[in-house]
Amino acid sequence: MTDIALTTAHSPSRNWGRIALRWLLFTLLGLFALFYLMPLFVMVTTSLKSLEEIRTGSLVAFPREVTFEAWRTAWSGACTGIQCEGLRPYFWNSVILAIPAVLISTMLGALNGYVIAQWKFKGANLIFSLMLFGCFIPFQVVLLPMARMLGIMGIAGTIPGLIFVHVIYGIGFTTLFFRNYYVTIPQELVKAAKVDGAGFFRIFWSIFLPLSLPIIVVTVIWQFTQIWNDFLFGVSFSQAGTQPVTVALNNIVNSTTGVKEYNVDMAAAIIAALPTLLVYVVAGKYFIRGLTAGSVKG
Amino acid sequence: MAPILDIKNLYKNYGSVEILKDINVAIEPGDFLVLVGPSGCGKSTLLNCIAGLEPITSGSIGIGGRDMTEVSPKDRDIAMVFQSYALYPTMSVAKNITFGMKVRGVDAATQEKKLNEVAQQLQIEPLLQRRPGQLSGGQRQRVAMGRALVRDPKLFLFDEPLSNLDAKLRVEMRTEIKKLHQNLNATMVYVTHDQIEAMTLATKIVVLKGGIVQQIGSPAEIYNKPANLFVADFMGSPAMNLIPARAKANGTGTKIEIERAGAAPLVLTDTHAKGLPEDVILGLRPEDIAEAGFRAGEDVQEADCLIDMVEPAGADTYVVSQLGGKQVTARLHAETSARTGETLPLAFDLSKVSYFAPESGERLN
Repeated sequence: MTDIALTTAHSPSRNWGRIALRWLLFTLLGLFALFYLMPLFVMVTTSLKSLEEIRTGSLVAFPREVTFEAWRTAWSGACTGIQCEGLRPYFWNSVILAIPAVLISTMLGALNGYVIAQWKFKGANLIFSLMLFGCFIPFQVVLLPMARMLGIMGIAGTIPGLIFVHVIYGIGFTTLFFRNYYVTIPQELVKAAKVDGAGFFRIFWSIFLPLSLPIIVVTVIWQFTQIWNDFLFGVSFSQAGTQPVTVALNNIVNSTTGVKEYNVDMAAAIIAALPTLLVYVVAGKYFIRGLTAGSVKG
Repeated sequence: MAPILDIKNLYKNYGSVEILKDINVAIEPGDFLVLVGPSGCGKSTLLNCIAGLEPITSGSIGIGGRDMTEVSPKDRDIAMVFQSYALYPTMSVAKNITFGMKVRGVDAATQEKKLNEVAQQLQIEPLLQRRPGQLSGGQRQRVAMGRALVRDPKLFLFDEPLSNLDAKLRVEMRTEIKKLHQNLNATMVYVTHDQIEAMTLATKIVVLKGGIVQQIGSPAEIYNKPANLFVADFMGSPAMNLIPARAKANGTGTKIEIERAGAAPLVLTDTHAKGLPEDVILGLRPEDIAEAGFRAGEDVQEADCLIDMVEPAGADTYVVSQLGGKQVTARLHAETSARTGETLPLAFDLSKVSYFAPESGERLN
């Protein structure tokens, strides 16, 4: 400490250099932030303008007159093909699709990770490798077999069908997250609990789950973002009435006739993106913490 | 009395690797059994087998007169303290201690009563509401012991419980464990690689090496009559002097000759030893080699030795001399007149001597 104080006191030129560097850094970061925020700015301002204003005004200008008409239309009046109910029904489709899919895949991932990390059995590593492999299979590859599968199970075109698809596809990732988290927990904990008389589920429920908050948050954010933003599965395995919000957004943007209602499109896009944004804002700090958890022993 | 722990012909393999070979150990109620050996000797594996946390390949384990070989850990009536303490991190100290009772469906009033008893016994009452993360190493150790004590089991198992503590605390906790053993009159099995811990705590020691039992006996037996070179070398600090020597039978006993570089061989006469082969390894603990005049007895023999090194250690002074090509340590009193490079008459107490066969390492007398 004293060393640093002495050197800074004795070399003002180096001090100036450091301050200049700091400023340069912040200026650069500020510019990047502006660059990334630009599209959002355009989306928000455009969604608050009237069509008349969009046609006559500049793309990056603030709205002269703020109107929420486009938001109302996007939510409950915009046409997706022949129906004109807005995003609302599809938004709820996405909600009742995403919540169970996220919860089920997280729960299964936690159990899988717990077994693979703490109850080593013959072939555990092989099974884990295969699950990891599952993470890297492109969506397109599984479309046809999955469609057949859903058909056989009788849940094609339904929301439970979509939940099933997302759970299956998510297990690889959720297992990876939980396994890597649980592998840092000493095995003696399980041994101690066994001697105390606790069984497989008791140990999971009473000892491992309470330890898992950071990784649960990470998994939930990851899964929610994946499932909410998914388009390919949504468009492939749904039918009229069960489509998720991403598919509906696409239909709104693509099926307008006559004048293109940019303000409605923008509002709809923001509405569709809002839940994932919200999840990040609420749980974001846990996300970083959870990703780095285990690297430093607490 | 029936043995409380009875291990018979226990084998344990991992794949084709034999970890434990033909282990036979039995202890009586109230015994303090210490499993000691260098790392990798299988002592922790053996403890895990006793606990039922590791399946065994063949043989049997009986606890309290019942065959427990196939019984799951929770039904073996044991409690275990782990090296890392293995406290449940999200539970308070009180919950850690009562977890086992809760799992077993013990009623709340009994839990409370037992918790208070144990907390008082270990002086951890002020800590009961804290989390393990907020405790020091010594406190965590106590909580881990509390979790075992509250169970009141037939058998306590300790897996190197003191190895994570600093030297001072380790000695304190060692004394406490010993006190606990005496007060509870409990039966304990304790794993350590520290031979001093083994000597101070045990009523019975099992020395293991490479998964094979080297010797079973009381601390005194292990210390005074080690069964082979490994045990002789492993137990005791500083280690036993193991000196190559030649034995020649003469009328009254055996003449022992020890080669010395640049001097006449050292000749000792052991009047008790009989039937030794010509080549032997003579084992004598440092405290059985004293300064001449400070040790009396009919088996004490004196000889001049060149002192290579003098190491004052406070209470004692260790001197090193070259005998039979080995550094031989003698433990002298603190005010010795020994000087490096000078000769000093040393007294060898042959009543304490051990002889080993150089090839097999087995004890000969």
